[in-house]
Amino acid sequence: MTPSPSIPLFEEVVNGFNKLSVSGGTKKESSDLRRTRQSAFEKFRSLGGFPSIRNEDWRYTNLARFLKDEFTIEGWGGPETPAPDASLVEKAHIAGLDCYQIVLVNGSWDGTVTGGELPKGIQLLKVADARQDPALSVYFEKQAGWNEHFANLNAALFTDGIFVRVEAGVVIEKPLHIIHIYTSENNLLVQPRNVWVINKNAELSAIESVVSGGSEGGIIWVNSLSDVLVHADARFHHTMLQTAGTGVRLVQQTSVRQHRQSLYNNFTFTLPGAELVRNDLQTRLEEDHTETHLYGLYLTTGNQLVDNHTLVDHQKPHCFSNELYKGVLLGQSTGVFNGKVYVHQEAQKTNAFQQNNNLVISPKATIDSKPQLEIFADDVKCSHGSTVGQFSEEALFYLRARGIGEEAAKGLLINAFAFDVTEKIRIPEVETHVNELISLHIPTNHA
Amino acid sequence: MLTIKNLHAEVEEKQILKGINLSVNAGEVHAIMGPNGSGKSSLASVLAGRENYQVTQGEVFFSGLNLLDMSPEVRAREGLFLAFQYPIEIPGVSNINFLKTALAEIRAHKGLPPLDAKEFLRLSREKQKLVEFDAQLVNRSLNEGFSGGEKKRNEIFQLAMLEPKLSILDETDSGLDIDALRIVSKGVNKLRSENNAFIIITHYQRLLEYIVPDFVHVLYDGRIVKSGTKELALELEEKGYDWLKEEAREKATTI
Repeated sequence: MTPSPSIPLFEEVVNGFNKLSVSGGTKKESSDLRRTRQSAFEKFRSLGGFPSIRNEDWRYTNLARFLKDEFTIEGWGGPETPAPDASLVEKAHIAGLDCYQIVLVNGSWDGTVTGGELPKGIQLLKVADARQDPALSVYFEKQAGWNEHFANLNAALFTDGIFVRVEAGVVIEKPLHIIHIYTSENNLLVQPRNVWVINKNAELSAIESVVSGGSEGGIIWVNSLSDVLVHADARFHHTMLQTAGTGVRLVQQTSVRQHRQSLYNNFTFTLPGAELVRNDLQTRLEEDHTETHLYGLYLTTGNQLVDNHTLVDHQKPHCFSNELYKGVLLGQSTGVFNGKVYVHQEAQKTNAFQQNNNLVISPKATIDSKPQLEIFADDVKCSHGSTVGQFSEEALFYLRARGIGEEAAKGLLINAFAFDVTEKIRIPEVETHVNELISLHIPTNHA
Repeated sequence: MLTIKNLHAEVEEKQILKGINLSVNAGEVHAIMGPNGSGKSSLASVLAGRENYQVTQGEVFFSGLNLLDMSPEVRAREGLFLAFQYPIEIPGVSNINFLKTALAEIRAHKGLPPLDAKEFLRLSREKQKLVEFDAQLVNRSLNEGFSGGEKKRNEIFQLAMLEPKLSILDETDSGLDIDALRIVSKGVNKLRSENNAFIIITHYQRLLEYIVPDFVHVLYDGRIVKSGTKELALELEEKGYDWLKEEAREKATTI
């Protein structure tokens, strides 16, 4: 496929990559990592650069209108990272939550931890440092699942991000809250790279909040890649709260690998704001007896385009996966859900469940929902379902007949619809926070 | 309190109510009986403001206000309450939050501040006791997984909490066993006062043994064809509706 030279961002990343090789910024990295960058960039180019709707995985998510703008690339001699803005930190604050908190601005952490001293057994590092550490280099080299345009672009050009590692057998009692702030005066492409390593029999609960500056700044394209490795018997509870504002285009790939008897819980909440959100959540069950829960809720308004692509890759027997994604679509927004469950021939006794339900409130909103099951084993239990509906007139009348105004009644019904997902959140403060965010974003006029 | 004059209504272009006249004063209990399909539940729906009913003629005044001009929520805030024949299950909306929201809206309409958490809890406990409603059900999702009887009792509990001026009980007795019927009736009798009124829609006389009405009306083919006192209900129980249907038909042909 020939890359389209008319995309200014494509030119910029090609120049950026050429500069990278001469700037010496990767000088201290291992030769393997440098080779990974090179091959990832070649892969990005051979895939045709940025994806178009001709790519099956981008069929309903047309990036053309977002790729018209010009961006500069963060890092490699780009603009300085601004200090965290207190009001943005406040915006992401979760009331009453006892947690360790760190703040990343445009993917860069200043090393500060609030909420108490980190206990022994958890390690937090700037990726700018970790990528130059020969002992950690392996975590940045070629990982499974980098078949994506954006993942390869990140793998080629990333500079910073956060590296989190929990030692074997260590249970971190308090959750870790990571606040990702994105802010810039000019149009900027930011490519944070995050790595999570949860070693054998360890446990961690993490919440990642994404917030952004006001609309007066430049447009920020965030191309974030997270690699998660959950070792045998380890448990990782991973919550994403995407609340970025209108000037943000967020592409988030999360690539999870699970080993024997491990548990991975992912909650992805996408709330109004960012004009483009594309989540690629891929879980690869590389060993037997794993358990995976993926819960998602997207509430979209205005002109938002929010796309959730998930993959659950059952490679080994006796694994359990359960996925529930719910969408509430308002305004002229568009939602996309594509849930792929792949059960390999070897993966006997697999239990895999998937459900996607949508409440389309505005007549101008749309949803494209595509469950995709590919099963090559014969002794499995798998199910999937997808629904698209509107408010129940009967329920609405019942609430109104008790004196509850139409708008308030709709708000109650939206919260009720989201309840199946929000009730699954294991931390009460986070559940309350999410419910408040939902209420806050239910507009009074649904037209 | 309520004055219905020559009320005509249709649903999907089918004429259902064909000229209802009825006056209900404070302190009164009116029973509306009639065979299936006579328009009893339709009358309740029109009064509560269900949107698929079109009023084609007539007027309804409630406490001196034009009821038909109001949205369903404003009718409720003004003190009209419909106990549903089939209460809706709404998973994810807790019973108690629902009532808190409803009560706050009704109070705001009267210019009153919402009750604080403590006052609300006290009121809720008092009313639960009054209508013998299980405290466990109060904290569950609205009607979700409730038995038929529990749903009907929840309607009466809501009625007790919201203290309406006029309550319309739409076949509240259907699907109730004798014990549930007794509990529901006991609740209603405790809530009766000289300041409020009840319209009890029922198919059977049985409920009226427990809630004794001041007036009984028989609805047939969209009209009230006979009105009387509680003795009329007994007569209907004995003779059925056929003699009234005959009378109504004769009347129609003479006109």
